[in-house]
Order: sequence, then C-alpha cells, then structure tokens
Amino acid sequence: MSWNWDVAKDFLPELGKGLLITLEATALGSVLAFALGLVWAMAFRSPTRFVRWPVAAVVEFIRNTPLLVQLFFFYYVLPTWDIKFSALTTGVIALGLHYSTYTAEVYRAGIDGVPKGQWEAATALSLSRGRTWIAVILPQAIRRVVPALGNYVIAMLKDSPMLALIGVVDMLQKARAEGASSFQYIEPYTMVGIAFIVIAYPASLLMRALERRLGH
Amino acid sequence: MTAGLWENWLLPGVWITIQLTLYSAIFAAVVAFGIGIARTSPLWIVRFLTGFYVEVFRGTSALVLMFWLFFVMPLAFQYQLVPMWAAVLALGLTYGAYGSEIVRGAIAAVAPAQREAAIALSFTPAQRMRRVILPQAIPEMIPPFNNLLIELLKATALVSAVSVADITFAAQLSRLATGDSLEIYAIILVLYFVLAFVLTRLMRLLERRAKAGIGQAPVKSGKGPLITRKLSARQEAEQSSNIITAGGAQ
Repeated sequence: MSWNWDVAKDFLPELGKGLLITLEATALGSVLAFALGLVWAMAFRSPTRFVRWPVAAVVEFIRNTPLLVQLFFFYYVLPTWDIKFSALTTGVIALGLHYSTYTAEVYRAGIDGVPKGQWEAATALSLSRGRTWIAVILPQAIRRVVPALGNYVIAMLKDSPMLALIGVVDMLQKARAEGASSFQYIEPYTMVGIAFIVIAYPASLLMRALERRLGH
Repeated sequence: MTAGLWENWLLPGVWITIQLTLYSAIFAAVVAFGIGIARTSPLWIVRFLTGFYVEVFRGTSALVLMFWLFFVMPLAFQYQLVPMWAAVLALGLTYGAYGSEIVRGAIAAVAPAQREAAIALSFTPAQRMRRVILPQAIPEMIPPFNNLLIELLKATALVSAVSVADITFAAQLSRLATGDSLEIYAIILVLYFVLAFVLTRLMRLLERRAKAGIGQAPVKSGKGPLITRKLSARQEAEQSSNIITAGGAQ
C-alpha cells in the first residue's frame, strides 16, 4: 500500500469539478424521474386499458433491463435519428427515464393508499378529474412517499458513475483520466469511492429520519 | 447482425452474464446470511462491525467498487484478480450488503413467541436459528430477494466496463463491427428482459415451495405488475429504505 498525499492533494480540485457534474446529473435526473414517474402512475389509473396496458408494458420493460444498456442505446441510437444531445443530456434522460419506472411504483403505492372515501367525496362535490387529482389525491399521496422518493435519489447518485462510460466528465471519469495520464490509480479511485460514501450515508440517515417523522 | 457475431460473441456473452449472475448471487447470499445473522448478535462489537460493513458497501457505487478492485487492488496489494472474479467480488459484496438487510428484517419479523418457545425448550442458539427461526424467515425473504436478484442481473452489465465479455460487451463489439446500433441494442435489451422474466418465474416457484414447506399458501399478487411484485406504500417505503436504497447498481 503506497498512499501518496501529494497525489491526493493534486486530485482534489478535479474531484470537486467531477462532483459538481455528478450532483448536476443526479439532480436533473431526479426532476425528470419525479415528473415522468407521476405521469406513469396516473396512466396506471387511466379508465381505458388502451392506455393502462401499453404504459405498464413499457414501464416493466424499462425497469427490468440494465440502465447501462439503455444509456448506450440512447447515446448511439438517437444520433442516427438526427437527435443530437450532449453526453450529459443523454445521461440525464436515461437516468431519469430508468428511475421514473421505480418512482412510478412509489407514486402508485401512495395513490393506492389514499382512502376510497376521498375519491368518492371528490365525486360528490362534483370536482373535475383534474381538480380531483391536483387538489385531493396527489397532496395526500405524495406526502407519504417522500422518503421512498428520496431513497431513489440516493440510488440515482450511486448509479450516476455509469455516465462516465459514455464520456460524461463526472467523478469517476476524472479518476479514469487521472489514471490514464499520470498512472496514479490508488488515490483517485479511493477518493471517489469515499466521496460516494460521505454523501450517500448522511443522505440515507436523513431519509430514515424523514420516514420516522412523516410516519405511516 | 451476422451469424458470426451471434456465435462468437453474443451467445457466449449470454452465458457469461448467466454465470456472473449465478456466482455473484451465491456469493451475495453467503454474505447476506452471514452479515444478516451476525447483526442480531448479542455482542456489540460484532453488531458494530457488521453494521459498518453494510453502511460502507451500501453507500458506495458498485461501478466505482469494481474499478477500485480492478485498478487499485493490483497496485496497492500486489494482488491481481481475474476480471471475472473482480466483478463477482464487487457485485457480491455490494448486493450482499443489501441482502443482509433483507435477512435481518425477515429474522426480526418472526413472531417473538417462536423464539421464546425455542428458549423454553432449551434449544441452543444455533438450533434455535436453524430449526425454528430460519425456516419461518426464509419464505418471507424470497420476494425481496427476487427484486434484488433482478437488480443484480442488471448490474452485471457493468462488468463490460472492466472488459469481461458479457452481453453488453458483445453488443459494443457488434456495434463497432456493423454500426447497426438500433438493432443490436434492441436485441440485447430484449435478452436482458427475457433473463429477468425467467429469474422471476423461478423465484415464484421457489416461494411457493418454501411457503408450502411451512404450511402457508402464497399470497396472490392479483393485478400487479408483470414481473416485480405489487407493494403497499408501507412495504415500498420500507423496502426502498432497506434494500434498493443504494439501489441498483444501483
């Protein structure tokens, strides 16, 4: 074991830059996953099976295939259809789409947990379908699933290094570049690994605390 | 896509993916039961160390761990693993940490009266675990293990990054050779989906057997999703906080 503090110190600014990209990808991916997941969850509740079935099939398919392959799919196939995005945008889309299939299940569970009386009350008050969702169902459903959603943000953070494999310059890519140029592997990779634990562990403690507070 | 690519890369790639999933699952199961049972130990030092292990391996990213084992271990410890085993080690350690939470949760969910009855009958702690607690806890573990197994299958795609010739690696080669990105990636996405489907069916079978073994009927999942199980809000929250958190390769 030959840990060199000088190498570690030199790599630190690079790690910081990579961290910003990692956090950016996670944050944008989360926004997309939260929004799309809600769309899927509401589609599961659609009155017509011509919406329910195709959406369920697509969601199942995306959830049960690897994110990495989906990432490559978007990165290599979209340009052949003349849709050109940067690597980061492609990564965010793939990450957000993949995790939207998980958040959809979370929302669905939350929506199923809203008592039937709430739906009936909304009907009795002759609220429109849109008002029922926005003013009655979703505020109750989302509150109880916030910790579960937060856990998927942590999961996304830990999946974000995959974006390095399509060339996004996140923490892992910074470590790979450092290794390729200076043959210093030990410090960069170890620091990246530690950085993930340092971010993910307090975040998961926070989610556990939130879970207790919101209670079930 | 030519026949040569199929025979020389894709089909062997499928076999490598199956092997990786199998070996990592076995290793992860050993870790999960070892750590999960140790976390119920009366000694605080054992609980602390195993808890530390779980937090570290759930906290880090499987891909980063794989790169670490692949690039740093040979330099730091003068010990180089074959890429395949580095991959199995990384996946097994990570998913073992998630799995240990399932084991711990299922053991904690066994009715306290069962444990007390075993003590009253003066079973040794080992007999209590083997004869009374585990037989009741294991059927409860199978559904969450199923979800974890699918996550593990998906995570095996990461090994292509350390040049293990799995399906994803074969797809990269085929793409470079033919340029048919759409066709190749569509095919391998379907391949992964089929593998996930087969695994789920096998786990359902296992669940039915295990539940029949202790005289319970399996819960009907009703109109749930095709593959993953339908969860209540509470289960979902618990499960995601315990298991998928670090999620996927997550």
